[in-house]
Amino acid sequence: MITDLGYQGARPSRKIFISLMLMIMSLYVVLIIYPLFNMFISAFKTNRAILSAPFALPDSLDFKNFRIVWIDKGFSHYFFNSLLVTVVSMTFVILFGSMAAYGISRYVFKGNTLMYMLFLSGIMLPLKAAIIPLFLLIKRMGLINNRLSVIMIFMAMGLPSTVFILSGFMKSIPLELEYAGRIDGCNDFSIYRKLIMPMVTPALALVIIYNAVPIWNDFFFPLVFLQTDALKTLPVGLSTFFGQFSTNWSLLFTGLSIAILPMLVLYLFMAKYFIKGMTAGAVK
Amino acid sequence: MNRRKLHKGLWITFFISPGLLVVGLFILLPLFLSLYNSLFSWEQLIRLEFVGFDNFKRLFFAYPYNERFSNALGNNLTWFISTMLIQNSLGLLFGYLLSRNIPGAEAFKRIFFIPVLFSIVAVGFLWGIYLKPTGLVNKFLEIVGLGALKQAWLGSEQLSTPSIIAVNIWRWVGFPTLVFLAAIDNVPQECLEAAYMEGVSEWQLFWKIIFPLIVPSLTIITVLTIIGSLNVFEQVYTMTGLDGGPNYSTDTIGTLFYRTAFGSVDAGSPEIGIGSAIGVVIYLLTFAISLISIFVTKRKEVQL
Repeated sequence: MITDLGYQGARPSRKIFISLMLMIMSLYVVLIIYPLFNMFISAFKTNRAILSAPFALPDSLDFKNFRIVWIDKGFSHYFFNSLLVTVVSMTFVILFGSMAAYGISRYVFKGNTLMYMLFLSGIMLPLKAAIIPLFLLIKRMGLINNRLSVIMIFMAMGLPSTVFILSGFMKSIPLELEYAGRIDGCNDFSIYRKLIMPMVTPALALVIIYNAVPIWNDFFFPLVFLQTDALKTLPVGLSTFFGQFSTNWSLLFTGLSIAILPMLVLYLFMAKYFIKGMTAGAVK
Repeated sequence: MNRRKLHKGLWITFFISPGLLVVGLFILLPLFLSLYNSLFSWEQLIRLEFVGFDNFKRLFFAYPYNERFSNALGNNLTWFISTMLIQNSLGLLFGYLLSRNIPGAEAFKRIFFIPVLFSIVAVGFLWGIYLKPTGLVNKFLEIVGLGALKQAWLGSEQLSTPSIIAVNIWRWVGFPTLVFLAAIDNVPQECLEAAYMEGVSEWQLFWKIIFPLIVPSLTIITVLTIIGSLNVFEQVYTMTGLDGGPNYSTDTIGTLFYRTAFGSVDAGSPEIGIGSAIGVVIYLLTFAISLISIFVTKRKEVQL
């Protein structure tokens, strides 16, 4: 396109501008990649090597540290706990969220807008600010140190945006499709299940990434509600680990690598979906 | 007819109630309970008597709460202003350059977004090590001959908050970049080409044509920045600790709130009354500032 910022056929001043901008952008690229690279190589070095020659490559690629942190220090449990909590809460976010979006977008009834606003209000309200009543509530339900506590809070965190995104998609599906389904003898639930849901699958991918990444990464609620070591999620486990081994940098870098690299690998394979999904709430 | 109506009503209830129950119980009810709890005096976790706005009065006027609170709020303000000025301006610049297909745009776009996916806790701990006196940052300065610039980045009262903010910006720049990129990509190509044919300079093209058309995305980013700045917690927790050290220089509403709710500001037992008051203030601030920024930017919006 003629408006592209390219070198070809550009005036000298424009070429200088482009080069300068490329330099700034490349600097940020280095600032992103090098710290991650250094984190990874430090996991293979001894504490002394990290302090005396922080930029040097490791002598050997011995995965000993990874074995220690993953098995002995319980990161496999933390990882599993994060996975369990994320998968269960996302399953219900998708189920309840799509049902509510269907109910709101496909039926005309009094209080329709009110229902929509009630769900939407959750997008703006910072849930962290409600930690005191949430704590008292969860305590009364007897769910402290029970995964259900964070699962239910994560469900509440995910539902508003899910209803918002999905009801937008569902509204654009023509009503004729529904009539056709009714003539074929579908009841309301099978219309939702067999006609509408398959048509919003692309939106489901957005919703899953938009919510699963923050839930996977969440620190605050597991910190408050899951205090026994056996239940801790990866971010909280990492935090405990940092408290215990604050001077053993070699192990700390290993723990960080285990916490960070799986997400990076997943991203490299599905970058497009991640970018679309994470910005779904802010981009029309 | 009536039976069909009842039938429809039952289906609506079936679809909406599970989600509404969860949102009601864990988002809406706690909102009102925060307000309610803030009006009572508390002994540990037990609600005592109605005291009106006493908790708010103590929070705003009684030592040590007033000092901690205004100090923390000031830091949150620093967070907001520097994030808007640095992170979101960089995001706008990068988003613009990417939208104009600068060489390597596709690769830049993907790399910029990498840190956005990481947990703030991992990012905070990672940079926490790098910013230690013997960490990578100081080692790097030494090697390139700038040893004089070595600092206790997280240990000095002047530098600690800017250092943590810098790390947070490192993590987030990709987000506004891609939001602005999407917004600029939505500007009709004919508009840009027409202006380009007229010989409009790059600078004018941006400010006169593109910027007015992407104000809605600026509103969204501003509101998200407000919410984010008021919710700063993990960043401070991981890099300088729950007390917002050194000497409360990195304390924020989030860390103060946590200390108040779960182990007090100075004494050591939870103070539910004051904590709830802080919670209510966070709600009101988020709500008020978001409304204002929506209102202000709405007036600048241009429709094609």
